[in-house]
Amino acid sequence: MQPITNMVKKFQHDTRKILLGHGSGGKLTHQLIKSFVKKFRNLPLAKLDDSAVVKFKGKLAFTTDSYVIDPIYFPGGDIGKLAVNGTVNDLAMVGARPLYLTAAAIIEEGFSLFELDRIIDSMNRAARAAGVKIVAGDTKVVGKGGADKIFINTSGIGLIDSGVDISSKNARPGDKIILSGTIGDHGIAILNARGGFDFRTKVKSDCQPLNAMVSQILNVSKNVHALRDPTRGGLTTSLNEIAEQSGVGIEIEEEKIPVKEEVKAVCEMLGFDPLYIANEGKLVAFVPQNDCAKIMNVMRKNRYGRDSQIIGTVVSSHKGRVVVKTSVGGERVLDMLTGEQLPRIC
Amino acid sequence: MCLAIPAKVLKIENNLAQVDMVGVKRQADIRMISNLKVGEYVLIHAGFAIEKIGEKEAEETLQLLREMA
Amino acid sequence: MKFVDEFRDRAIAERIIKKIEGFDSFKANLMEVCGTHTMVIFKQGLKGMLPKNVNLLSGPGCPVCVTSQEDIDKAIALARDKEVIITTFGDMIRVPGRNSSLEQERADGADVRIIYSPSEALKAARENPARKVVFLAIGFETTSPLIAASLLDAQKEKIDNFFVFATHKLIPPAMEALLKSKELNIDGFICPGHVSVTIGSDAYRFIAEKYDVPCVIGGFEPLDVLQSIYMLLKQIKERRAEVEIEYFRAVHPQGNRIAQQLISEVFEVTDVRWRGLGIIPKSGLRLKKEFSDFDAEREFQPKVKRSKENPDCACGQVLKGVKKPTQCKLYRRICTPEKPYGPCMVSSEGTCAAYYKYG
Repeated sequence: MQPITNMVKKFQHDTRKILLGHGSGGKLTHQLIKSFVKKFRNLPLAKLDDSAVVKFKGKLAFTTDSYVIDPIYFPGGDIGKLAVNGTVNDLAMVGARPLYLTAAAIIEEGFSLFELDRIIDSMNRAARAAGVKIVAGDTKVVGKGGADKIFINTSGIGLIDSGVDISSKNARPGDKIILSGTIGDHGIAILNARGGFDFRTKVKSDCQPLNAMVSQILNVSKNVHALRDPTRGGLTTSLNEIAEQSGVGIEIEEEKIPVKEEVKAVCEMLGFDPLYIANEGKLVAFVPQNDCAKIMNVMRKNRYGRDSQIIGTVVSSHKGRVVVKTSVGGERVLDMLTGEQLPRIC
Repeated sequence: MCLAIPAKVLKIENNLAQVDMVGVKRQADIRMISNLKVGEYVLIHAGFAIEKIGEKEAEETLQLLREMA
Repeated sequence: MKFVDEFRDRAIAERIIKKIEGFDSFKANLMEVCGTHTMVIFKQGLKGMLPKNVNLLSGPGCPVCVTSQEDIDKAIALARDKEVIITTFGDMIRVPGRNSSLEQERADGADVRIIYSPSEALKAARENPARKVVFLAIGFETTSPLIAASLLDAQKEKIDNFFVFATHKLIPPAMEALLKSKELNIDGFICPGHVSVTIGSDAYRFIAEKYDVPCVIGGFEPLDVLQSIYMLLKQIKERRAEVEIEYFRAVHPQGNRIAQQLISEVFEVTDVRWRGLGIIPKSGLRLKKEFSDFDAEREFQPKVKRSKENPDCACGQVLKGVKKPTQCKLYRRICTPEKPYGPCMVSSEGTCAAYYKYG
């Protein structure tokens, strides 16, 4: 357990909670900011200018994402870790080396400072693990009920090396599709953490950074056509997006898709399909057949890619559609879902 | 209708059992099952055990299926 | 997973298909009654594996699909009561009523909670003594014993803020109504595996004996379904009409006596309206007088306007297996999973939803 930072001890009122005063720009705000700066510890940030100033040459990737997850802690991570890894992964998916992140938090009045500290620590650890620096940030405080505990936005920039051209438009017939590991872990971990439906499982979220894996892949082959990290909507959504954007058909084999037994069991119980469940640390790679073996090799050597499998192929027929060969040998179309999956009895 | 999943009985306490589905654990109401023993398998529907799964019968079914040639 | 994975073996599936292909001298219209069977058939792509002479019809065994518009509107009316906590299976939440759905009501501030087990509904009642918890009880004979059990518990514990909106229906009377209908030509039934766990194979004897139609009670793994189809075709070829149990690892001729007792202790049989099929005599369950204190309709008297279902909505005929979704004027054009018009599209196991998603 982390001790509460020094600045908190200075106040006479309820020092354990975020107050509206923390957002009003005065002393409380500054103390809060200083605590972040101290943790994130990097030069651009320490200058405390209105903007971080960084230098580099080359093709830039730039992305943003907001994180509103509930509950904010779950097996395998928390909202802070998610906010860092999510943006790191978005950059990695276009073949960029993630360099700098910004972090902005909207905090509900009454949120525990101790918890905030804990989340900042988590972000710090995640940033170090991914090799990125958080160089700019912002905090706003809203009145009780104005936000659900804490919302975080991260933006990120990364550099794309020359010769790398990864885009969801680039999948070509003949490409092999490699999935880096088991699907459905994150969604089921969250469901479990929310406590409904009275079941217990040890499944953890797969919240993890994929940029090292992508670098390793690009080191053996720059011929990667497309990359996606399937988050909301599951693997299905990612495959459909690429099929549509590349104007190709996709065929996958259900048997080849790695799913943890416990994830399968929860899905069977509630009537869910792992193909639609959220992930936070997996990627699908669309690669030319000739490069497939060496890319698979390198993925499996990475600690987050040990369960990598070739799950399918890109074809020229049924453009824009994803077709699954089922476990028993039949075929069905894999369409995107309308809303969230709902547990059912029938 | 209806979703029901096989689960192994780990512990029995009156009308409730702790059941396991390949590592996923939950409680199940077993009042509809007579003579249930720990280690047996039941079908769980909406939190209730609706019937035992006969292991012998399951194996027989598979045998029948395998003999389809 | 034990009892699951072995029943998805591809090599065995191919062998069963070969045997099915051997029955090439006649056409067969086989109806799978149960919505969960419809789901498995679509999800596993079984239709495409079968020869053209075997035609699968999807029946009305989807509890959400056959819930009348009036009942859905009553549930919505109950949700609007600020005192009420609605507890429901997920299946119900998106079904459109006259101009809303439970999901929309929840977005408007209604307390609608999705649960997995009726025991969670009872728990909500215990934990919220100042509110009234209404459980939307849908389902067939697989589920009604569970609701009966929960009501007996509520009675024993003297819980006075727990209510059930009971819309349970029975499968065999619906099957008989289909057989009596002139529109249909059913050569065999794949009977619902888990309903049969409760009611037993004896419950279908009248279909074989009185109507001369073969029945096979099938499990829910793809090999179960393929084997059930094979067994039906074999009966037809051999001119037999019997009730056979493919799913004998869980289904017995007399069913589950305890489950049957639970149902008869709490419910009595009544005539009810099935969406698309009209009123079928003795095809539903209502609470017995001793349990009227738990009757949500009696407690809240939800008032709803009688509304006419769009004549172009072919859910009724789709539910009977008379029409395929593609033959409905609204299918895909007006009625889609994003904007479902009828329950066949909105229910996760509705025929139209299955066609749209997997076909």
